[in-house]
Amino acid sequence: MDRFEYMEARLCEGENYIKRDKNVKLYDGDDKTQYVDGEVVLTSHRLLWGKPGDIPKGLICLSLYLYYVFCLEEENGGVFGLGGPKRIILHLGPALPGKRPGPAVISTYHFIKLSFKDGIDAAFYKALSDAVANKLWERQPLETNAFSSPTMSPRTSVSPIGAKIRSGIVGIERSIEEQQKATDESISVAFKDLKKLMEKAKDMVSISKTISTKIREKQGDISEDDTVRFKSYLMSLGIDDPVTRDAFRSDSDYYVGLAQQISDMMVAVLMDTGGIMSLADVWCRVNRARGLELISPEDLLNACKLLPTIDAPMCLRKFPSGACVLQLNSHRDEEVAKTTSQLIEENGSLTPIKLSQIENVSVLLARERLFTTERLGLACRDESIEGLAFYPNLFLSKV
Amino acid sequence: MADITWPWQYNFPPFFTIQPHSETRQKQLAAWEELITEYLKSSKQYIIDIRESQNTPLFSNPSINRRLSQEAILTILEDMARCGRAAPVDKSKSVWEVYWHSLDEWGNMIYSWVSANGLNNSVCTLYELREGETTEGEEFHGLDINILTKALRTLEVKGKCELMEFDDNQGVKFF
Repeated sequence: MDRFEYMEARLCEGENYIKRDKNVKLYDGDDKTQYVDGEVVLTSHRLLWGKPGDIPKGLICLSLYLYYVFCLEEENGGVFGLGGPKRIILHLGPALPGKRPGPAVISTYHFIKLSFKDGIDAAFYKALSDAVANKLWERQPLETNAFSSPTMSPRTSVSPIGAKIRSGIVGIERSIEEQQKATDESISVAFKDLKKLMEKAKDMVSISKTISTKIREKQGDISEDDTVRFKSYLMSLGIDDPVTRDAFRSDSDYYVGLAQQISDMMVAVLMDTGGIMSLADVWCRVNRARGLELISPEDLLNACKLLPTIDAPMCLRKFPSGACVLQLNSHRDEEVAKTTSQLIEENGSLTPIKLSQIENVSVLLARERLFTTERLGLACRDESIEGLAFYPNLFLSKV
Repeated sequence: MADITWPWQYNFPPFFTIQPHSETRQKQLAAWEELITEYLKSSKQYIIDIRESQNTPLFSNPSINRRLSQEAILTILEDMARCGRAAPVDKSKSVWEVYWHSLDEWGNMIYSWVSANGLNNSVCTLYELREGETTEGEEFHGLDINILTKALRTLEVKGKCELMEFDDNQGVKFF
């Protein structure tokens, strides 16, 4: 038992996982030990024994370098050797000096036994004997922190923290994933600080503005110097009035160009659909027209906000209900209200769905039209469990 | 039941939804107040309990399948309270007194009857005023006791009467 070492159950660099088995008891020579009902994991360089669940979690377990094993045997379990081979005997060479602490300092025996409750798995036995025979540690020595594994060659092998013993592609994928996660986290942490800096800078800019205006009110021109000084301080920090930059973050050439494109594209379309179109529909049409280089909804929104600056014949409009539309400047609410109220009178009453069918517009736009008509007092609403409907505003028209 | 002619609005579905447009809403509320007042007058009722309102034909019109929600009724009554035509009886605002004549009007009505019958400087019990044979045919006959008391208090403030209590009865002396 003294050749075992307490080590964390991680694969070292160059070490491969081979096989595992469970319900294994350890014997120190012929003596039973406290290490019962555990799992064993066979790697190319070592044999690990741990309590169930410890090894997959990478916790500390017993580790035996296969280097120690010079002979394997099978032993039958049960009384009088009846009942199939149940134990593997590993004959071990002497303990190397400088090995890590293990479960025993000195052992009288030079062999250990692995007792398998469910019988020896032939594949496991074969794998074990192959691994011992391969002596992979001679060609690819392991290097772990304190103890250079048998046959030297210092080489750093720092396995990622919490690496689990997994085989093949899954293991590789998982390690890539973890790397990505780590990079992600470090990036977001870095930007978190930047965000805080921006916020603080905003505060400073606003404070400086208020101070300068206060001074100006009280004492005339003296403020100029101070404001200039404030501004220079901010500049030296590299923050060129971050507040306005934020508000005009969209003020880049890209968005202006995009706005121009949208305006050109949508003039004809808007005239067809009656001068008004919901932003979602606009986005669909614009992307359809662009074909390959699609734009995101935020890009569209930011570009539309710039439409007034390029003197486009249309503008972005947000209704009180929250709906955003693109509207031709020639479009007038009163006309819409008038036509809609006429339709209501012709039909007695209208629901948004019905109006959308009549006018061939989306239900969202139909609702907005009815609300606009109501806002101008030409319709009144009727809310009930049957839904929302609009009637001609007899309250005002009938005396 | 009340024997009134329902106004055209009663059969107009939007009447039963409080309108968001302010101008429309004003007209709507005015129409409702008139309707309520007339209804109560003709059925000689003075109290509206909002919780019971779902059953009365005043607030629901089954023929068009519409009725006023409790919040809507509360809105209307609160608007009436602003003009002094209604008042909540308790803090929960679920029971309301409606003055289809204002308290002042009631007070004056009673006082003119008192003067016409030469009862100045004499004492009457409130019971007499409300249920007495002598007042049958007067509008305030059968007036709710609380409203009667409040109306008399308005007179009291003007110095035209004084409320008093004797022998378990409440009485009033007119000057």
